Amino acid sequence: MEASRLERLFKHGATLALVALIAFGALRYDNFLSLYNVMSVCRTNAMFALVSLGMCFVIMTGGIDLSVGSVAALASVAAAKASPLGVTGGLAAGVAVGLAAGVVNGLLVTRARLLPFIATLVTMLAANGCALLLAGNQSVAVSYTSGFTGIGQGDLGIFPVPALIVVALYALGSLILHRTSAGRSVLATGGGEEASRLMGLRPDATKFAVYAASGALAGLAGVLLAAGSGAGQPTEGVGWELFAIASVVIGGTLLTGGAGSVLATLAGVLLMGTLFTVLNFENGLGVISLSAYWQSVIRGLMLLVVVILQATVMQRRHRHAT
Amino acid sequence: MTKVSSTLAPTGGRTRGGLAWFSRYGALAAFGVLLVFNIAVTPYFLSLQTLNINITQVCTIIIVAVGMNLVIATGGIDLSVGSLMAISGVLAPMIFLGQVVHIGNPALAVAFAIVIAIGVAGLLGLFNGWLVSRFGIQPIVATLILFIAGRGIAQVLVDGNLQTFSVPQFAWIGQGSLLGIPTQAFVMAAIVAAALWAMRRTRFGRYVLAVGGNERAASMSALPVRRIKLAVYAISGLCAGVAGLVVIAINSASDANQIGLGTELDAIAAVAVGGSSLGGGQARLLGTVLGALTIQLIRYTLLANGVPDAAALVVKAGVIALAVWLQQAQRRT
Amino acid sequence: MGVLTARPPSAHEGAAHGETSAAPLLEIRGLQKRYAGVVALADAQLRIGYGEVHALMGQNGAGKSTLIKTLTGYVRRDGGDVRFLGEPFEVNSPQEAQRCGISTIYQEINLVPLLSVAENICLGRAPRRRGLLDWAAMRTEAKSLLGRFGIDIDVSRPLGQFSNAVQQMTAIARAIGFSSKLVIMDEPTSSLNNEEVERLFTVVRQLKADGVSVIFVSHKLDEIYAISDRITIMRDGHWVHSADARDLGKLDLVSHMLGRDMTGAHGKTTAFTHSAGGSPRDTLLRVESIGADALARDVSFDLRRGEILGMAGLLGSGRSETARLVFGADAPARGSMQFGGAPYRPHAVADAVAAGMGFCTEDRKVEGIFPEMSVADNITICMLAKMGRGGLLDEQRLSQLARTLIAQLGIKCSSPAQKIRELSGGNQQKVLLARWIATQPRLLILDEPTRGIDIGAKAEIQRLIRGLVDEGQSVLMISSELDELLEGADRIVVLRDGQSVAHLEGAGISRAAIVEAMAHGRPASAEGTMQ
Repeated sequence: MEASRLERLFKHGATLALVALIAFGALRYDNFLSLYNVMSVCRTNAMFALVSLGMCFVIMTGGIDLSVGSVAALASVAAAKASPLGVTGGLAAGVAVGLAAGVVNGLLVTRARLLPFIATLVTMLAANGCALLLAGNQSVAVSYTSGFTGIGQGDLGIFPVPALIVVALYALGSLILHRTSAGRSVLATGGGEEASRLMGLRPDATKFAVYAASGALAGLAGVLLAAGSGAGQPTEGVGWELFAIASVVIGGTLLTGGAGSVLATLAGVLLMGTLFTVLNFENGLGVISLSAYWQSVIRGLMLLVVVILQATVMQRRHRHAT
Repeated sequence: MTKVSSTLAPTGGRTRGGLAWFSRYGALAAFGVLLVFNIAVTPYFLSLQTLNINITQVCTIIIVAVGMNLVIATGGIDLSVGSLMAISGVLAPMIFLGQVVHIGNPALAVAFAIVIAIGVAGLLGLFNGWLVSRFGIQPIVATLILFIAGRGIAQVLVDGNLQTFSVPQFAWIGQGSLLGIPTQAFVMAAIVAAALWAMRRTRFGRYVLAVGGNERAASMSALPVRRIKLAVYAISGLCAGVAGLVVIAINSASDANQIGLGTELDAIAAVAVGGSSLGGGQARLLGTVLGALTIQLIRYTLLANGVPDAAALVVKAGVIALAVWLQQAQRRT
Repeated sequence: MGVLTARPPSAHEGAAHGETSAAPLLEIRGLQKRYAGVVALADAQLRIGYGEVHALMGQNGAGKSTLIKTLTGYVRRDGGDVRFLGEPFEVNSPQEAQRCGISTIYQEINLVPLLSVAENICLGRAPRRRGLLDWAAMRTEAKSLLGRFGIDIDVSRPLGQFSNAVQQMTAIARAIGFSSKLVIMDEPTSSLNNEEVERLFTVVRQLKADGVSVIFVSHKLDEIYAISDRITIMRDGHWVHSADARDLGKLDLVSHMLGRDMTGAHGKTTAFTHSAGGSPRDTLLRVESIGADALARDVSFDLRRGEILGMAGLLGSGRSETARLVFGADAPARGSMQFGGAPYRPHAVADAVAAGMGFCTEDRKVEGIFPEMSVADNITICMLAKMGRGGLLDEQRLSQLARTLIAQLGIKCSSPAQKIRELSGGNQQKVLLARWIATQPRLLILDEPTRGIDIGAKAEIQRLIRGLVDEGQSVLMISSELDELLEGADRIVVLRDGQSVAHLEGAGISRAAIVEAMAHGRPASAEGTMQ
């Protein structure tokens, strides 16, 4: 049963790597574990965490969502525009826009039967265009007097609001995945769509739901983007879907669908976010000078290792099965 | 044994007229309609300048789309082309500007740079092919790796800085023209012609279609499936390498952050609209060229008539969705 | 949610032995189904009592799968009467069928391997506590259901980590959990070993004791006789015969399945003609105790130059698997081969082709045709390397080759450029034949060359094969049609349960001999291992 040893590595690999990285940083740099730094990392990566959560569910059904970045950008513009109405206004606008995009994805995949790749590609382009149109090709400043920025820049006690939102949603997501029929449906759909249909579950409804949810979460991420940076940015969001996919895969979720962990995805997100911080600190030490661009290279490498490992496990499992 | 045995399933008859027609000639029809519309409505449409602008913009997409078409024909996809363009576009100036190795003769330096840049892109493409054929990794995932890391590599090489240069021996690729038509059009035409020739007249072309058409049958017919897959991804990389050079030659500037951004999507869209099945087995190269031209023309039509570029994106999205849906619907009959 | 004991008031032990007592559990009469002009079921009937294990048998195309699909809601019937539990029965989906009390265990486990055993058993009707899934209750129920079969495993581990046998049991446990009154098992033992089969039978007997009936679809005669109360045989979409298992002998059973009376059948039904030559020919291919793990276990035979060696055996006996081993498509775990007098160990299909073999696969759609390519391209695909220089195609020679073969084989197409998927099944088969003939192989392996083809095309292909052999071609022909083997093959090797059990030639070839071997055959003690 070598396969299961590797599988256990997957499940906990990201968490272990994260712990190792944090330990490394704590030992090597001053202030690495300072409250400011930790909360700062959490605040910055909150948006990515939300998008990754949605992506996790989509990938578990065996699909993919390339539109999350553009949808977040669009939502940030919508939220910025609605920001004079306060937190509720901006929040509602952003999430509603994201949800709408997610619904479009869901329909394209379940009704028009387009491949998720194509369907979400289309939505990505359309959302990109809509964001630019809505924003008039420029950033849209948010209102600073309505309290909207609180959701992005505020704190509750020592914790940044975005981080609390992320924690709450991940907890909810994990609960849904492990303790509800709907959550198991997600895994069943990805692990065997025909089988799940025969079991009386409804894979189409499940798929529709995860794309809608992914859109809504991207919308929320856009709201945080606008509130946190002070402006709705129609061109931000490029590459978010990659970050999300990488986090999900590194966290151990199978790209082919059917197995995954919400919490491990969070570990993946934090791993990538911490990596960025470590790079910054390393540069600060002056020993080496690694530009931020190294991030993508390292992310790519991590993804490569995980993907090859997954593929090797699959091949070995296949050989044992026959 | 709940599979329907082959006795029961009816063999595919001729595909139904309407949808089949659309799939074959849809792009051509759309293109024709757009042409007519523009001649009638858009000012200065029938001018050499307009032609040049459109050709310049569409050339790189077509070059990349040719490689993409071959990859898609084997049932795969290549998301890394944009990043490979960036790597190629960053490497070449580094070489002919003497940052990597000093070569006295500028023409020689340029030639060397071109070879290396395209070669590296091709090798990275081979890497993609290796992941797909050796490990059986899904092409989306395999090429996603370089999609993420490739641009980073390019950025690291120049630390994100813009490189401008003034090297006439190189710039002619993007800025020169022959008989009033930009040089890159000839480069594009040469690549399309080479691909057409390969697909029609060589063993390789048949094998590509066979692998994408029915991989199991291809294995049982002793075709070199792994080698074919390696080859198409390498070719896609090479095309991206060439496209990267064209892009930087146009403005004599190389920006690692911008080169090839979004080109993979444009290429995939061109293939889809051009009628080649995204599931593999078909390589309608001329259709792909037409698809790219159609999408470009849509964009230009909107722009020239005052519609913001952003809206063009939405329209492009709609066109792709429609094209793919039509194809799928036709295939299901 | 345990097992519902479905005992109607008038049922008694007799019902289990097929006497027409009180209302049967299931009664099907005159069932009809057509698919786009092809008749799948012409007049099917079935009658199953409560607590009865009923075997459903027949060769490919007999209509068993279609019958089951109408019962399980996959397809709608075109005509006929179905009564379940005394009421008219009509369902539109497998879920509906399940709710009505009919569950199906498929040959390919139709569960989700990445989910836990408990979930696979309970999902769809899972116990809840305060709105959330109650894992403890799920595990308890799963354990108790499996415990009835004597299985004690960790039900929270993913299903895919367990053996096929356990997965089958899980599928059955799920069916029971749904209070099914009729469980259909489609080839449940195809990947089980003897011990696991015994366990399955224990489960089936348990079900029977609880009044649940089982429809058991299988090709393994020994198992059928070990477990079934009654047997129904179908052929070509028709009901042929039903009887108690204890009243039906194996030979009669096989005869019913294959459609020929044991003592009758004179005159030819195929287009095969026997060649005169009785002169001994030298051995071209020698296969000794070849086997891999799955379905081909221990097969030995000799194939002589210039002959048609027929390979007979019921479905599931390992014929196609053996052919794949010979052709290098699968790696053998044991045994050895000699081809043309030299040791032969192919590592890949390319080795086999290079040595001079060709293989027309059983399923032309899945492994044969390139649907989008033309007839000519499909024919010449294996010859591209030989006809051309340095990667370039010699269009003229290739097109000539295609034309010649199209004419020679009588392939009906509007032109060599027509897409192969537009051709009829018979013509597609001819194209595949042409593909391999073009390579001029020393040995041509044909797996069911006339399956799924109309009578006229069948005859043509049979004539073609004989014609090739008369000119010196050697052929290994796998066929499920006895007539083809009797009239076409020079010698015959019979497979049973993955082993070669009989080698027939000359006067030894007869319908009785083949059928006897397929039904009862045991490998000679000199060759092969035990049993």
